[in-house]
Amino acid sequence: MNAISRDTGAMSENRRFIMDQKEIINDTKDADEPRIGVFVCECGVNIGGVINCQEVADYAGSLPNVVNSSVNKYTCSDSGQSEIKQAIRDNDLNRVLVAACTPKTHEPIFRACVEEAGLNPYLFEFVNIREHCSWIHMQEKEKATRKAKELVRMGVSRAIQLEPLESNEVPVTDAALVIGAGVAGMQAALDIADMGHKVYLVEKNPSIGGKMAQLDKTFPTNDCSICILGPKMVEVARNKNIELMTYSEIDEVDGYVGNFKVKVRHKARYIDTVSCTGCGLCVEKCPVEVPNVEFNEGIGTRKAIYVPFPQAVPLRALVDRSVCIDCNACVKACNSSSVDMEQEDSFSELDVGVIVVTTGFEVYDPEPTHDFGYGLYDNVITGMELERLINASGPTMGKLVRPGDVTSPKRIGFIQCVGSRDKNSNRYCSSFCCMYALKDAQLIREKYPDSEVYIMYMDMRTPFRNYEEFYDRARDMGIKFIRGKPGKVTEKEDGNLIVRVEDTLTNSILELDLDMLVLSVGAVSGDSNERIRQILKVSRAADGFMMEAHPKLKPVDTTLDGIFIGGVTQGPKDIPYSVSQGSACAARATRYLSQGKAITEGITVDVNEDVCVSCGICVPMCPFQALSLEEGKLNVIKALCKGCGTCAVACPTGALQQNHFSNNQLLAQVRSVFAFEEE
Amino acid sequence: MADNREWEPKIVAFCCNWCSYGGADTAGMGRFQQPSSLRVIRVMCSGRIDPLHVFNAFLEGADAVLVTGCHIGDCHYVNGNYKTQVRHQFLEEMVKEMGLEPERLHLNWISASEGEKFANFVRDVTEQIKKIGPSPLKPEGVN
Repeated sequence: MNAISRDTGAMSENRRFIMDQKEIINDTKDADEPRIGVFVCECGVNIGGVINCQEVADYAGSLPNVVNSSVNKYTCSDSGQSEIKQAIRDNDLNRVLVAACTPKTHEPIFRACVEEAGLNPYLFEFVNIREHCSWIHMQEKEKATRKAKELVRMGVSRAIQLEPLESNEVPVTDAALVIGAGVAGMQAALDIADMGHKVYLVEKNPSIGGKMAQLDKTFPTNDCSICILGPKMVEVARNKNIELMTYSEIDEVDGYVGNFKVKVRHKARYIDTVSCTGCGLCVEKCPVEVPNVEFNEGIGTRKAIYVPFPQAVPLRALVDRSVCIDCNACVKACNSSSVDMEQEDSFSELDVGVIVVTTGFEVYDPEPTHDFGYGLYDNVITGMELERLINASGPTMGKLVRPGDVTSPKRIGFIQCVGSRDKNSNRYCSSFCCMYALKDAQLIREKYPDSEVYIMYMDMRTPFRNYEEFYDRARDMGIKFIRGKPGKVTEKEDGNLIVRVEDTLTNSILELDLDMLVLSVGAVSGDSNERIRQILKVSRAADGFMMEAHPKLKPVDTTLDGIFIGGVTQGPKDIPYSVSQGSACAARATRYLSQGKAITEGITVDVNEDVCVSCGICVPMCPFQALSLEEGKLNVIKALCKGCGTCAVACPTGALQQNHFSNNQLLAQVRSVFAFEEE
Repeated sequence: MADNREWEPKIVAFCCNWCSYGGADTAGMGRFQQPSSLRVIRVMCSGRIDPLHVFNAFLEGADAVLVTGCHIGDCHYVNGNYKTQVRHQFLEEMVKEMGLEPERLHLNWISASEGEKFANFVRDVTEQIKKIGPSPLKPEGVN
């Protein structure tokens, strides 16, 4: 075996000569007989603790065309990468194979590494012996080593067949689309706009603000939510670089990084938003009243024509035609003739370079499963309903009443983890419910000192600055904590609730007689997120939220270049974390906008004109219209081709080949899975 | 080389870059232990999986072949997996023609987050194949 030297000290005369000759070597390197260098990574003990890496490297050294093989502690480290570059120079390598972790995270690193040493990045081959071997065969070391050898054998056979490819550079349209104008989306839009780029901010609701606009106070400072959000909403509306599109939905997204084409549908408001002043005269005259489900969680009413909420941005009315009785009272009331019942949905087509998705979440709905009697007993409400009930601008002007008989509740219980940390609903922790329950409990105790407040919990989760102190404060305020999840809730004739709960700290069964019960419900991804996710083709995580490219290092990127996710879209999180992610999305997205260009994969299809019979079978296979028959000749538009390779399968003559995944390359891999046992 | 270790089938899995390959990664990250029977071949889209590749795998000695991709509606390339689904019907017919048991060919949609599903799938198929034994098409002396 031909192990490379770990010596990175003084450069030898010989090496210096080779470096001087680099240009010459590079020109000829790719065309020569394959000379493969194999680097087996131990990844500390992640691989080395299971697989005998030296044995794998020795075996690799015996394979055809392998001129050099070695083991590294961490191949991706600076020294590991230096060793690769040195080996390329010392051994005239024209192919590099790294057997390590997953290409999903590390392929770009090694491609860049071999490119620095003068190799075409597509002459790099990655073999996954960590996720696909050592981590899943931890107790079977021999079998894992044998499998790793075979995986390397497959990789070598493919590496022999690799061909150099060129990446494409595409121009980036200097505009961003931000979908969802909650606090994360607003932050992303403001940051991108402040960096001097055009932003289209699309919101499906008639006002921006998101869930935060509905909240009463925010933890752990108990400052008024809309008082800190309101000015930001106005800032968004005033920013010259932001084009706000409220009450609008994304219908279609086409294209790729730098060149997305977006079709936006502006739902008819039946109001001329230019002339409307949001004065509310029309609202006064409207005779139709329906429950306000949009903003007040169904508590209180709104009219058929309404302004979403007093601080709405834009402060404009809209008509709910599904309940409107066409009496035209609003039309007569309006001084500026802004009501237009004939209005129809309109559409915009946007060209943007990057997309930030901050579509937020839905509150978990306990109604279908009647968790703890919700939906059956009037005085069982959700945390979000409580937010509206104690909000000074809410339907009760901040007076806490219970829905059953509109009296003030004196004994109030909170049940934590409703719809969270439960295999029957959602397994995950929504992370903010403990804190909002603590906050609401404190607000109730502050407003009504004679009230009794109980919090029934499994675990109180209070990470981050001043959160644990906030919990201490709740204890000091006399809020009673019961560690246990109630087993049974029943309603008495007077509307009170009997909650049977085991206090697991004192090992006693309690029966509480409460006036009102609040369910601390968590976040779920919801249908409208799912719709956007499917339009954009962003991956879905097991919890239903959108999935980031890497849980640690790329928390706001997606696997799709130019598309970023922030806020609760990516998973439940509180306000400061959502705002941080909004800013993070802006920073990540603006990299493309400020550079004005993006590099796209060189993996596309090529047609061998000598073999193509122009049958056209491939043409309808392409979902991106990259193929066309022109004057009896097949034409591939490289800019449109995304390199899926579906057309290559359909080609009856083998004229179409997907670069980097050609039949030769894949079949070489298939064949080398197997070997005669004597080997 | 005759040895007394228990026979382990060899299963070739074609995985798409965006979903099922990620599912296999997630299985690894979650340390979901699996039999060492699987050899993953990565393609960009399940729509790239050619019947030619599947037949070759059988002819070379695969005891089973898994064709995997994104869930329907989730394809990174809009609809590549629909084409895979159509081609799979043809593959099923051909597997029958070749005299192979239907258990030797599987189509499954696995997202990048479904590591546990991926591991269970590998375990299930390996168990099935262990019951029915090596593929009759496997060339002698090959493993």
